[in-house]
Amino acid sequence: MRNPQLNANGELIHLLSTEGLPREALTRILDIASSFLEVSDRDVKKVPVLRGKSVFNLFFENSTRTRTTFEIAAKRLSADVINLDVARSSTAKGETLLDTVDNLVAMHADMFVVRHSSSGAPYLIVDHLHRTGRSDVHVVNAGDGRHAHPTQGLLDMYTIRHYKKDFSNLTVAIVGDILHSRVARSDIHALNALGVGQVRAVGPQTLLPTAIEKMGVRVCNDLQEGLRDCDVVIMLRLQNERMNGALLPSAREYFKGYGLTPKTLALAKPDAIVMHPGPMNRGVEIDSEVADGPQAVILPQVTFGIAVRMAVMSILAGN
Amino acid sequence: MPLTELPDAEAQCVTLANLIRPQLQANTLLVGIHSGGAWVARRLSELLELPGEVGLIDVSFYRDDFGEKGLHPQIKPTSIPFDVEGRSLILVDDVLYTGRTTRAAINELFDYGRPASIRLAVLADRGGRELPIYAEFCPWRPGLGDSEELVLETSDTGHLQWRCSQHA
Repeated sequence: MRNPQLNANGELIHLLSTEGLPREALTRILDIASSFLEVSDRDVKKVPVLRGKSVFNLFFENSTRTRTTFEIAAKRLSADVINLDVARSSTAKGETLLDTVDNLVAMHADMFVVRHSSSGAPYLIVDHLHRTGRSDVHVVNAGDGRHAHPTQGLLDMYTIRHYKKDFSNLTVAIVGDILHSRVARSDIHALNALGVGQVRAVGPQTLLPTAIEKMGVRVCNDLQEGLRDCDVVIMLRLQNERMNGALLPSAREYFKGYGLTPKTLALAKPDAIVMHPGPMNRGVEIDSEVADGPQAVILPQVTFGIAVRMAVMSILAGN
Repeated sequence: MPLTELPDAEAQCVTLANLIRPQLQANTLLVGIHSGGAWVARRLSELLELPGEVGLIDVSFYRDDFGEKGLHPQIKPTSIPFDVEGRSLILVDDVLYTGRTTRAAINELFDYGRPASIRLAVLADRGGRELPIYAEFCPWRPGLGDSEELVLETSDTGHLQWRCSQHA
């Protein structure tokens, strides 16, 4: 089956997942992002790449940081950005997802940035656009259920490359609630495509998906073992709102076993960087001393995220 | 045009520097357009013994053919390591043809501030303009047909040289 992200010439027209993207495609996005990074330092923080284009932010699930950085990225590309509070308007009145899409296409949308709590929702939109002959409208997945969050994965790769230059000899530990994390999945696919040395999935067994080792990771149930000698630590948020079952005794218990503190971080290499996709739960998965410490690159991640999203949107719009 | 008849690009850089020298002002700065123009700008900066770095500009985000061609496959970051406000800029490129790249570069420069002036220096003006743009400093004005492609290259030793080929 054709990769739905690519057109007949193999060019990227939608970004749905980092899974299945070749190394060259990932590297190209990162290279172009490095050119966009400089735009945000200019007197006029704008380039005319998407001038006259309309980008619709369709967020069926709450998000402040991702929606804002997509909005900033689109505006710095000179696009017109329309934010739809779909969860509270049309959907609440009973309109289906695809009817909403058809209406926005009729308003001459050029690109949709979609977040949805159901895995696969952006694929449904891409499939619908394809069937209705509107593949000229591009879709960016801004997070779907537990499945994928490709721009977060890409900005994580950008951050790692910025600080570590080369992926081949790196050990990357992804720590925490991997079961519910689309960020972890997008990171693992991208890291493996970029040829990273080793990826470790670190967390209690109840928060690791079954058979995750098939994704090409080493499973560590022990934090100490997982952090030892690693170059990059990616902390994940403990997704309280998704924890209905008895996966953990308590948040405090979790911090004791899996919280990143100066003491546990000392097991990693001395120049290891600490990343977090945000929002952080201080004192649950990460100690404030680490979050505000010299090894944390959590705020640069946010800055890089804008450049990466500018790169993704301009590549899609040009193909 | 066979290779033997093409002029020496390094010697042309010297001629171009001599054309610019009498017009230099205290606040003159060079901005080279990636990639050929960047090479020429660095040469000119050495020959004219200008203090400080040259600016480098990649016009990919300002091109007028984005809608047809998408992003250029090789993009380099633009780097303007000085304040352009009130400065006399000389924009440097290898070949002047339609003028569209120059237009894009001028637009991009104005997003960094308001220069006092912008003048254009090129190694070759091949004619074929589609916009009202003129190179004030230019040592060579070959009249080339649309099917001829003129490209500045660097040799293994870093020497600048011309290549001219026919395309369909």
